[in-house]
Amino acid sequence: MIRGVTIVLLAALPLAGCERETRRYQELPAASSRPSSTQVSDLVPGLPTPSPPFLSPYQENAYGIAEGKRLYSAFNCNGCHAMGGGGIGPALMDYKWIYGSSPDQIYSTISQGRPNGMPAFGGRVPTQQIWQLVAYVQSLSVQVPRDAGPGRDDDMSARKSESRLDRMLPRTTGHR
Amino acid sequence: MPAIFQSALHPAGPQAASISHLWWLMFWTCSAVYVIVIAALLVAISRRRMDTRPSDGTLRTSVVTAAGITVVILFGLLFASVATGRAVASLGAAEALVIDITGHQWWWDVTYENPTPSLQVKTANELHIPVGRQIRIQLKSSDVIHSFWVPNLHGKMDLIPGRQNLLWLQADKPGVYRGQCAEYCGVQHANMALTVVAESSDDFERWIMAQRQPAPPPSTPEQQHGLQIVERGPCAMCHNVTGTVAGGRTAPDLTHVATRSTIAAGTAPNTRGYLAGWIADPQHMKPGAKMPSTGLSAEELQAVLAYLETLR
Repeated sequence: MIRGVTIVLLAALPLAGCERETRRYQELPAASSRPSSTQVSDLVPGLPTPSPPFLSPYQENAYGIAEGKRLYSAFNCNGCHAMGGGGIGPALMDYKWIYGSSPDQIYSTISQGRPNGMPAFGGRVPTQQIWQLVAYVQSLSVQVPRDAGPGRDDDMSARKSESRLDRMLPRTTGHR
Repeated sequence: MPAIFQSALHPAGPQAASISHLWWLMFWTCSAVYVIVIAALLVAISRRRMDTRPSDGTLRTSVVTAAGITVVILFGLLFASVATGRAVASLGAAEALVIDITGHQWWWDVTYENPTPSLQVKTANELHIPVGRQIRIQLKSSDVIHSFWVPNLHGKMDLIPGRQNLLWLQADKPGVYRGQCAEYCGVQHANMALTVVAESSDDFERWIMAQRQPAPPPSTPEQQHGLQIVERGPCAMCHNVTGTVAGGRTAPDLTHVATRSTIAAGTAPNTRGYLAGWIADPQHMKPGAKMPSTGLSAEELQAVLAYLETLR
């Protein structure tokens, strides 16, 4: 009996790694969908409405996050945000941001742009790639499973790889 | 354009010729050794056992002779190999044509160097070289290790991230030669080919003069619409078309894409049909390629195709 259960469990073990390992080249229906409306403020009149968390299609997928990392420099995100430390643009290493750090909020920020410098990439970058970027941006603040985050850099590393970053506490004052 | 063919045994340059000479020398030497050994074996099998054991002296002479011949042959091949290595490395003219090749997953970025930056030429997956002139190829990689191999012209040379490797070659016969990445570099390694067109100096000069021009402005309304989509849609994020706003640097340069014979690094011939299939769903033709589906409508796709055909 115990032996049978062990065998079944061992056989099921590889399945656990699947989501991390899958390479999805074709755009998934989930990845081509986009948030219809995004709430960027925590303040609501009266009682807050609990909303189900919005899932980012690539946040547990190592290939998707790695692609996001490639696109992060290909589309020059690092030109302003550096490798997460910020520069001209805000830092991305914590997770309390003006326009929010949940996946749908990050998606909207990339897609619609934000005042004072963030360009709108919607229509220029395909939906699938925006979701990959979202997953990578999440990995910068350790909002993805540690084993799915990129483990190495193609260039000389200026900081720990995303899979070894420590989760930072959100800053309480200001954004700069 | 003649059929593209790829073979190390049909050399089209001095280095490939040295390599193929060495190959034939090794082939015939080893064939002769093989035939002699098998013949000796057959003789030994078919002869009756001798009544008396041969003397130790005879045995020693046979073994020493065979070992001696083996050593001589191996040293002969060693010297031939060293001589080939020297012959292959003999190029190095100061007035050589300098070409930068950067390997990407899974295509070749080609830059013709020129001290005047405006005279530099950028293209992809297709190399034009003048016959009889030495070419200095500087090999780099942007991601993983690739290997540059055009069997008709030279042996292999790796492209290694973070360093530059040098390869000298020269084509003596005009022709179209196929090259191939020769170091496994990911899922689409097999579809990472390049075309080398060796042509007369006049043809080469004409080609490079044409490549230096910016993209011609579109004429028909459909082509103009196509340019608009290329500039304001997803294409410009990665692709460059000199003379337009499209200035991406992470994907093949499209300024003169219609002059190339293949698309997607030798994956398919460059015809309107294949190009349409490629743009509509790159992941179907080359799964894993870095080009995403762009979600263009049928009418937009036709406009983009009409525009791309003008990029000569």
